[in-house]
Amino acid sequence: MKQLTFETLIAVFEEIFGRGLFWTMVAVAVVVTLAYLYVLIRDRHLSARKFLLAQMFMPLGAIASVIFVQRVTHSSFADIGGPVDWIVLLGVAGAGAVGTAILVYTVQSLTKGRQTAE
Amino acid sequence: MIKDVFSPSRRGFLGLAGGAAALSAMGAAKPATAAVQTKARVVIVGSGAAGTGLVNRLVQRLDGAQITIVDGRKQHWYQPGFTLIAAGLKNADYSVSGTGDWLPTGVNWVEDYAAAIDPEAQRVTTVGGEAIEYDYLVVATGLKLDWGAIEGFSLDQVGQNGLGAVYAGPDYAAKTWAAMDQFTEKGGVALFGRPATEMKCAGAPLKYTFLTDDYLRKKGTREASQIIYAANNKGLFSVPVVNEKVKLLFGDRGFETRYDHVLTGIDAGTRTAYFRTPEQHSVDKNGIVTVTPASERKIEFDFTNVIPPMVAPDVVRESGLAWEDKWVGQGWLEVDQQTLRHRRYANVFGLGDIAGVPKGKTAASVKWQIPVVEDHLVAAIEGKDGTEIYNGYTSCPLITKVGRAMLVEFDYENRLTPSFPGVIAPLEELWISWLMKEIALKPTYNAMLRGKA
Repeated sequence: MKQLTFETLIAVFEEIFGRGLFWTMVAVAVVVTLAYLYVLIRDRHLSARKFLLAQMFMPLGAIASVIFVQRVTHSSFADIGGPVDWIVLLGVAGAGAVGTAILVYTVQSLTKGRQTAE
Repeated sequence: MIKDVFSPSRRGFLGLAGGAAALSAMGAAKPATAAVQTKARVVIVGSGAAGTGLVNRLVQRLDGAQITIVDGRKQHWYQPGFTLIAAGLKNADYSVSGTGDWLPTGVNWVEDYAAAIDPEAQRVTTVGGEAIEYDYLVVATGLKLDWGAIEGFSLDQVGQNGLGAVYAGPDYAAKTWAAMDQFTEKGGVALFGRPATEMKCAGAPLKYTFLTDDYLRKKGTREASQIIYAANNKGLFSVPVVNEKVKLLFGDRGFETRYDHVLTGIDAGTRTAYFRTPEQHSVDKNGIVTVTPASERKIEFDFTNVIPPMVAPDVVRESGLAWEDKWVGQGWLEVDQQTLRHRRYANVFGLGDIAGVPKGKTAASVKWQIPVVEDHLVAAIEGKDGTEIYNGYTSCPLITKVGRAMLVEFDYENRLTPSFPGVIAPLEELWISWLMKEIALKPTYNAMLRGKA
């Protein structure tokens, strides 16, 4: 690959999802992340109870993201061919898990509001 | 009270947001190269991957130039997608967009085909008779699929009688899938091969052989089938190390290889393919030479993918710009293999499939060739010498089944040139290479068309 710069990467992602959808997804990701940081800063602590529930959603997020990627790419677990493929698979699962946890935590914090420290 | 607790936090929060905004602004920043002021007339013949990718970069590099792109083709075809269409994974429209969708404003698009190029008079004449004079010419016509060279075959047969033609275009690739899908339901003899000329994407004939095998296996009809690969010479791939790997995989999959078979004709009615095998000399241990005369062979098939000889379009062959002593009869543009500049006319460049260089007839090659032509062309306009060199880079995500591919990248010297050394092994069948082919390749290609990669 020639000239793999940050700009190329952005251009590639714009092409994968379409410019509108890509930047919408970036915006959603940024909003969720900022909302997460916001509730952390607002609450001044990480609620163990909310975090527990968020963690419980992590396997779901991991499985869902792996299935999503496999479906859109016409592939299955049988196509895993080498260590790098396992790394990609774990990366996809990990990203799905973490994303889901952050989302669930943030949604709880925003809907339930600030809870007093126990 | 609450306010006091909040204010420093909010400042931190805003700081983070500001940092994110700064990062995204960085991403959007353009390389700060000042455009060259010029009145030069630049003509690009061909608006395929090469012509389009180049013109989008030239408009950023040149200020005031009269840039004309000549091509009568209204549709732009994403050719790397043909294999996926012919494997039933994408619809025909996956590869189709409009030529005009990709062309930048400020460029004159002459919607007609070039009929003549006169490098002495520095003039391109279209089929409609329009004469366009140039100071600099980029020939990016692509190549011609010489279907007429396959006796008895015509494209209207594709999709019936087990005939496929993946190269012919998106609709023919879809018809090929219909034929392959039907064939793999029952099984039988599947016949594949490649032409004896230079060709674009030399991996594609192999990919389609592997994909047909994969569908036969998935449908449980592989046991009742025979897969024959009729190679045009004594190898399966021009790069020795890749050739050995493909041989191993062919053995593993149980393909039967027939060497020195050059396709000459097809009889759709009897489903027979005709081949010419050249005269061969062999010497045994007693030093006795046996000459096997050239002969015609035939192979009956239930399904085949016809790939015709590939040659330069007539406009290039008749322009006096083609090689005369190399690739005789094929007509590729006589360019320097490192700078892609014409060896006799310094104001002419060859880009993409038409360039008379070894290897290099893939979209991946085009991606590496564009910055080279751009550099030398802009430098010439400035009265300087360019410095960029094309090393023959070609890439082929060689699909070995649905879900796996080998990322094969190499240069003029047959050296493997992996883009991700130590991460993606070049000759391994990997899922990640498949992911790149299926998801990342078209976006990368489109980014190239826009002049961004």
